[in-house]
Amino acid sequence: MVGSIRFEGVKKNFLTLEGETVNALSGVDLEIEKGDFVCLIGPSGCGKSTMLRLLAGLDTPTEGTIYIGDKKVTKPDCDRGLVFQDPNLFPWLNIYDNISFGLKVRKLFKQRKKDVGEFIELVGLKGFEKSYPHQLSGGMCQRASLARALIGHPKALLLDEPLGALDAFTRMNMQDELLRIRKEQEMTMIMVTHDVDEAVYLADKIVVMTPRPAKIEQIIEVHLSQPRDRNNPEFIRLRSQILQILDFAGKEKEIEYNI
Amino acid sequence: MKAIKALLPLISAVLAEIVAFGVSDSPLHQKSAHPYFAYLLIIVTVLYYAGVLITSKTVKKKPSEHPPFYRAVFLAGVILFFNILNIVTVKTALLPVLYFPSLDRVFGTLVEDRELIFKCIKFSMGLLAKGVLGGLIVGFFMGIAVGFSKTAEYWINPIIRILGPIPSTAWIPVLLVLFAKASSASAFIIGISVWFPTVVLTSSGISNVKNSYFEVSSTLGSNNLQKIFRIGVPSAMPSIFLGLFNGICGSFVALMTAEMIGAKYGIGWYVNWQKEMMAYSNVYAGLIVIAVLFYLIITVLFKVRDKVLGWQKGVIKW
Repeated sequence: MVGSIRFEGVKKNFLTLEGETVNALSGVDLEIEKGDFVCLIGPSGCGKSTMLRLLAGLDTPTEGTIYIGDKKVTKPDCDRGLVFQDPNLFPWLNIYDNISFGLKVRKLFKQRKKDVGEFIELVGLKGFEKSYPHQLSGGMCQRASLARALIGHPKALLLDEPLGALDAFTRMNMQDELLRIRKEQEMTMIMVTHDVDEAVYLADKIVVMTPRPAKIEQIIEVHLSQPRDRNNPEFIRLRSQILQILDFAGKEKEIEYNI
Repeated sequence: MKAIKALLPLISAVLAEIVAFGVSDSPLHQKSAHPYFAYLLIIVTVLYYAGVLITSKTVKKKPSEHPPFYRAVFLAGVILFFNILNIVTVKTALLPVLYFPSLDRVFGTLVEDRELIFKCIKFSMGLLAKGVLGGLIVGFFMGIAVGFSKTAEYWINPIIRILGPIPSTAWIPVLLVLFAKASSASAFIIGISVWFPTVVLTSSGISNVKNSYFEVSSTLGSNNLQKIFRIGVPSAMPSIFLGLFNGICGSFVALMTAEMIGAKYGIGWYVNWQKEMMAYSNVYAGLIVIAVLFYLIITVLFKVRDKVLGWQKGVIKW
């Protein structure tokens, strides 16, 4: 399908400072269809952030290839927006200039100037255009960071634990906001998370990953309609299923360790 | 209590005026054409109270925090100090007459010798501007190159480490051979003293930029040049400014030294020349001019810093 994302036999090794090779991702095959909301979930060290960085083009795979449509991913590009756990807003620019940064570097600012206001409104930051990042709360900064990534109309939005640093209440608000934005902008979203609840609430497809070796353990399709009810029996069943997979992987490791 | 505090500068000034006009001068001191010190005292006092009146109307702070009001005791102390200085010099000749001329003559020099002093200021500022601008531009771009390019770092960094710490004035013998004009050599000395801190702090500032800023900017579509000038430079600006500040302070020293090699004018030259003529009233006048000039430059620099680096938060301010 056009615009789909494919991982084909992707491996990634890192060299540590001591010269040892660390296997950060060992052979991943995955297909993500256009418009899907995919969550990558798993304990730390399972390679989920590595997958996202490879897809963003910030790192290159040791083996294998990532395709978007029929194009190979070789370097970062504005067709894939990226949001980190830390908002990473540029502290020397105010909110307006942060959000319009992508347009300015691509020389689109003049023709799309009015979009900036729209996106500021989309993430609910109207009235804060002139504020600097350090003057805003963590949640507001993360919204600004989201708007900055969205304004360039990326085909896919890559989210690396974007809500991890937020309090529970802001977090739930932002989850709904993500769903709303996705509906309005019709884009593929791929999100790394630690939170099983969040994954089941948001995703069409949950990729459960396990560490040592870092690989995909299981892919679970979620067939619940939006908006989802966190108390729905199917919701609860999926949650415990994922927890079981993760828990099982953890226990197995523990036994191995004891021997 | 408040009223007394506000009146302290006036009381101190009146005391000084009484001493200046009421006590006769020591016959050992050379006469001055006018009582310049007394005039200056009147001007300062009038300006001060005018300032108090204006700010008390415009500034909306507690009266005790108004800048002029806050400085009342300080100003009174300064006037008292000058009063004592006046007594131990021209009034009683307690200090050696040759090296400690009367305040009237020191301030008188600023008025009577103003044409030459003004010429010297113009010359010094021209030299300083040339040197600082040159050193700054070279330091800035070299720092960017070293900060971003591994090759530049490999080749340029050792040169910076070896040549940078040499005090700029130690280059004088070499520069006099290399440059036909003494003024070019002088500008070069100032340039070196600005270049070193600027290049070091620019490159270190750029290597300390958070890598994720570059990553974010590349996913937003910026090319390498944009990454340098839209991410690297603004992010390293606090460090670059620190380098610039150190450089400019160093350039003052370099300026004074530079004017000793074959200069025809210049405020450093003026002080040095007058010292050789044993005209110590002119030496002090020159020092006052230097202090005021450099104070103004530093103040402007601080203002620019506050404007450019206003986005910083929770950072050690300098």
